[in-house]
Amino acid sequence: MSLLSQAMTVVRKDLLLEWRGKGRLISVLLFGVVTLLLFSFAVGPDSTLLRAAAGGFLVLALLLSSTLGLSESFRVEQEQRAIEGLLLLPVDPIALYYGKTLSNTLFLMLLAPVLTPVALILYSVQVDLEGLAVLLGLWTLAAAGLSAPGTLYAAMTSRLQSQDVLLPLLLFPLVIPVLMGAVKSTTLILTGDPMSQVGSWATLLASFAIIYWSLCGLLFPHAIEEGI
Amino acid sequence: MTRQFKWDSGVGLLGLLLLFVGSYIGLFVAPSERYMGEVQRIMYVHVPCAWNAMLLYTLAFIFAIVSLWTHRPKWDAATTAAAEVGLVLNALLLVQGSIWARATWGVWWDWDVRLTTSLIMLLLFAGVLALRSFVQDAGKRATWTAIATIVAFVDVPLVYFCVRWWRSLHQVQSSPETVSSGMILPLRVNSFAVLFLAIWMVAMRAGLELHRRKKGLVAEPEKIESQGETSHV
Repeated sequence: MSLLSQAMTVVRKDLLLEWRGKGRLISVLLFGVVTLLLFSFAVGPDSTLLRAAAGGFLVLALLLSSTLGLSESFRVEQEQRAIEGLLLLPVDPIALYYGKTLSNTLFLMLLAPVLTPVALILYSVQVDLEGLAVLLGLWTLAAAGLSAPGTLYAAMTSRLQSQDVLLPLLLFPLVIPVLMGAVKSTTLILTGDPMSQVGSWATLLASFAIIYWSLCGLLFPHAIEEGI
Repeated sequence: MTRQFKWDSGVGLLGLLLLFVGSYIGLFVAPSERYMGEVQRIMYVHVPCAWNAMLLYTLAFIFAIVSLWTHRPKWDAATTAAAEVGLVLNALLLVQGSIWARATWGVWWDWDVRLTTSLIMLLLFAGVLALRSFVQDAGKRATWTAIATIVAFVDVPLVYFCVRWWRSLHQVQSSPETVSSGMILPLRVNSFAVLFLAIWMVAMRAGLELHRRKKGLVAEPEKIESQGETSHV
């Protein structure tokens, strides 16, 4: 089996598990909706303020939901010691990493099509179809950026006692470039981009994703060499 | 206790001596700055802390690569020590910067590029050390500390770059051409002072880590592996 087909087998396994369970996706989505609602209470019913902060709130809700989703991605592998079986299989650790990262990226990508309309309704923001497509494209880049270090850290912290605290502690400062890039570009799409700056922020998101997909792919085999 | 580094006390004493000399020149001999006045003198400890914090994080990154490559406990000890001392200098840097900002800009904090990057850097490496403290197995702890250090360090230029796109209030970086000659000497003396003190602290901390391993205060992978076989020396 080539590296690619091994990775795709891991993706297929994860998607199948997700499809059969559906619990993770639904609970993470609900968490995202609740977060969006809570943010609006922080600002109050001032529609001008809400509109101005809509981009930031949406991306923060996506980020918080993503962390929840990422930590769950390896927790399911700990049930009945599934991870030990996975590591015993003749699967290249690099293929295992990229399979898990890709399935996590796909999972995070699914958050945006649900949370974006909720944010648009709650914060009374209007955006055309083209803007919506760009928004989803940007979130795909951000999801790829979040998944790369997120999968590595989720694997490393999955058996530690304080995973719920450790994963955000490690991940949040690390993904600040993704957060900034996503917030800035989303806000520009929602409120107008007269200077055409979205492209630069998209480049930043893509660069982060490329750097961390390469780096974490190299480091993951070391991280699991003594087990997780 | 068997000391791992015998030369370290000498370096530490030299650091203390230089810090005393440098601070004396900085406080009493160097001219005061035309616009900022006396508060500018905090620069003589602030800038050395900034330079050395960055240097220590870079060293931690290099040690982490070597530790991952060799799996030798001494490199793990060196990585942790460099990251911890870097974190202390980073925290000092932020406190001194805040005091200076309050006096000069009128605010304790501003979302300036170097300030924000320093804070994120502190949080990045605090996360690495937090992860380390939760891992029981010594082998895993060394590998994961090295991985987290590499991942965190690679992020620093990215953070700096993207925060720079926001806005910048911090004054332009000084160079010997833009600084009065009377101010260069204390700055240089104190930079070496902090460097020597940092080397001393890193050596002490790395020695402590190795000592803990030897005494079995921390689980040692070699010991676990050789259980039931020959005794480990």
